[in-house]
Amino acid sequence: MAEQAATDLRVIDAETSGLRSIASDFSSDRQAFRNVSWGKAMMWIFLLSDTFVFSCFLISYMTARMSTTVPWPNTSEVFALTIGGTSLPLILIAIMTFVLISSSGTMAMAVNFGYRRDRKRTAILMLATALLGATFVGMQAFEWTKLIHEGVRPWTNPWGAAQFGSSFFMITGFHGTHVTFGVIFLLVIARKVWRGDFDHERRGFFTSRKGRYESVEIMGLYWHFVDLVWVFIFAFFYLW
Amino acid sequence: MVDVPLGPAGAVAPSDLDDVELYHPHSWVTKYVFSQDAKVIAIQYAFVALSVGLIALVLSWLMRLQLGFPGVFAFIDASAYYQFITMHGMMMVVYVLTALFLGGFGNYLIPLMIGARDMVFPYVNMLSFWVYFLAVLVLVASFFAPGGPTGAGWTLYPPQAILSGTPGGQDWGIILMLSSLIIFIIGFTMGGLNYVVTVLQARARGMTLMRMPLTVWGIFTASFMALLAFPALFVGAVMMLFDRIFGTSFFVPAIVEMGQPLDRNGGSPLLFQHLFWFFGHPEVYIVALPAFGIVSDLISTHARRNIFGYRMMVWALLAIGALSFVVWAHHMYVSGMNPYFGFFFATTTLIIAVPTAIKVYNWILTLWRGNIHLTLPMLFALAFIVTFVNGGLTGLFLGNVVVDVPLSDTMFVVAHFHMVMGVAPILVIFGAIYHWYPKVTGRMLNETLGRIHFWVTFLGAYAIFFPMHYLGLMGIPRRYHDIGDMAFVPPSAHTLNAFITIVALVVGATQLLFVFNLFWSLRHGRLAGGNPWHATTLEWQTPETPPPHGNWGKTVPTVYRWAYDYSVPGADQDFLPQNQPGITSVVPGASHG
Repeated sequence: MAEQAATDLRVIDAETSGLRSIASDFSSDRQAFRNVSWGKAMMWIFLLSDTFVFSCFLISYMTARMSTTVPWPNTSEVFALTIGGTSLPLILIAIMTFVLISSSGTMAMAVNFGYRRDRKRTAILMLATALLGATFVGMQAFEWTKLIHEGVRPWTNPWGAAQFGSSFFMITGFHGTHVTFGVIFLLVIARKVWRGDFDHERRGFFTSRKGRYESVEIMGLYWHFVDLVWVFIFAFFYLW
Repeated sequence: MVDVPLGPAGAVAPSDLDDVELYHPHSWVTKYVFSQDAKVIAIQYAFVALSVGLIALVLSWLMRLQLGFPGVFAFIDASAYYQFITMHGMMMVVYVLTALFLGGFGNYLIPLMIGARDMVFPYVNMLSFWVYFLAVLVLVASFFAPGGPTGAGWTLYPPQAILSGTPGGQDWGIILMLSSLIIFIIGFTMGGLNYVVTVLQARARGMTLMRMPLTVWGIFTASFMALLAFPALFVGAVMMLFDRIFGTSFFVPAIVEMGQPLDRNGGSPLLFQHLFWFFGHPEVYIVALPAFGIVSDLISTHARRNIFGYRMMVWALLAIGALSFVVWAHHMYVSGMNPYFGFFFATTTLIIAVPTAIKVYNWILTLWRGNIHLTLPMLFALAFIVTFVNGGLTGLFLGNVVVDVPLSDTMFVVAHFHMVMGVAPILVIFGAIYHWYPKVTGRMLNETLGRIHFWVTFLGAYAIFFPMHYLGLMGIPRRYHDIGDMAFVPPSAHTLNAFITIVALVVGATQLLFVFNLFWSLRHGRLAGGNPWHATTLEWQTPETPPPHGNWGKTVPTVYRWAYDYSVPGADQDFLPQNQPGITSVVPGASHG
């Protein structure tokens, strides 16, 4: 670090804040984002790119909804479940949303315990997150099955505009794929945490690089992103 | 909850960590085939992209044969002609230019120019190439699929792209094309993230952003744009695949196909055009910005002159990148839009001329009173400036709604975009290959073959595309298999078409000479030494040429100055490498970037 200071042209001022500190970071050598690891920077930029993917999906769905000449089905009725003789609108979706948001909580706790190097609690919380994620996907599978039994197909449905089924399967399918990949990676990283890979600097199977507890946080970034996307899907597809 | 303790496991500058050391290959396969070394990946990318380029070149020959001598070649029927157009366009734009600039030059030059040992995630980088390769295989497979490749035109506009009147529309063609695009985007995302993060977070000591060579700035900006633009194409491709395979109606309105009304309604063909051009217009600059960057470095090096207005060059790159996201609908003036949109998009389009003009003026001012060496890279760079200005000027015509409407879908458009995003970037690619080939192989490319290649290509490109402007102004439509004997088409138009075809065949054949040169010089080229052009940037300062695995031997270079210290007064040679301490730069402040 001493050598670095010799060639570091930037005057590091601990008191700089706001725009000045951003400018100072960007005018530094080596890194534009100080103290941000490669993995974390990559995940943030990937999520930015993925935001564009989901935005395009949602905007396309809205356009389809506006361009179609047939009325759009009433989502409160389509996504209602009859429990104990009463029809509860959006009840399943509400539970799914609750489950997914809860999983963000367990994920955040896992990140915290990860930085304390508490292997056991980190792994358990990650498994809990994965379980909640899998529950979400399971309920989504139930919802798909129910709608398919009621005659909803990508190209048609009994209640109105064909684009309803198309958008539904495409958007929830794409989001569900994201959750599924998240669950797989949660399990992989939970296993690494449990086994103590990050304490013993064990090398990765594919990349042959040493992992760090930061992987838990990077995983968390992805997971929170997937949850956030669901909130938008919930608002724009189910509530609208 | 208690605060998270940020110990050593928390936030540490990654370059200070020992866990980001290099992956060392241990067999022939991991060294040359499934290599994680960015330089090998770069050569793999470049080789595949140039091979696709040759296929696309042959397709353009076939199209020109039909246009120049209609009816002579019986096998080029209307379907085949549209298939050639589609595949030529998509291959050149996505699989050649994008892959070559970002995957090829990006992989080779980014780590070397910023003083890194490799990309930040070499394993992901390797996957990026192989996924790209898969995309190419899927694309090429459509030539052998039942019904042949899609003939929807490179813009793939629905609903015609997925209906039975279009070649490949109800066969495999369109499915393979869309799948290939989706695979390409996945592969590119892996590479693009690497390029962006490497530039942002893995530079050498002393290498500030404002000391980076403009080549790196161009590739960096383009990669970032691509990460934001490709998602729109991805979504468009997924939705069209749904329309084609599942029979959904995202893009298909109520429609009659071959006299039969289809059981579809309510889709919006315009939606696809918006998605496509939200990708498509930034794509033009994804190809152009790396070319801008590279050409700046070529001019500065071969005119022994520091680049004029470095900071403005950087800001102009970023401004062009940002503006290119708000101009997309200027491709849709005739598609049917609210006229106010046309007004908005025409305005933003013409505003792009400002940063672009800044760049052109700065190139010229760099040349001004420079010690210009007419080497091959310099010739190509000069040719680029002229060509880009010519192509850009016709862009002013097409950017204005009232002028665009009559010119739309004529040969004028073909001439415009071939000049500006076909010929111009390709000239830079050639210049860049002549410039960096000595670093990649240790040998110079043959000069005589190179000069023949340059003059035929440069003059030939003008002989091909200048007359096309006249054809367009005459009203000759593009994408017509056979224009036939229309009243408004004079016989001279046919003569001109035949002339263009003959020149195109000659220019194409000259590219084979270039390919021959690439292989011949590998063995017989003049030995180049480490820094044949006396250039300042880091890639020329490697201890060995070609640079070995890890690039820098024992120590990574430290950077003391910007990339353009040429002809510094008081220096004992006319260039100061970026890693040379001492003597301050010519430009005050440049050393403090």
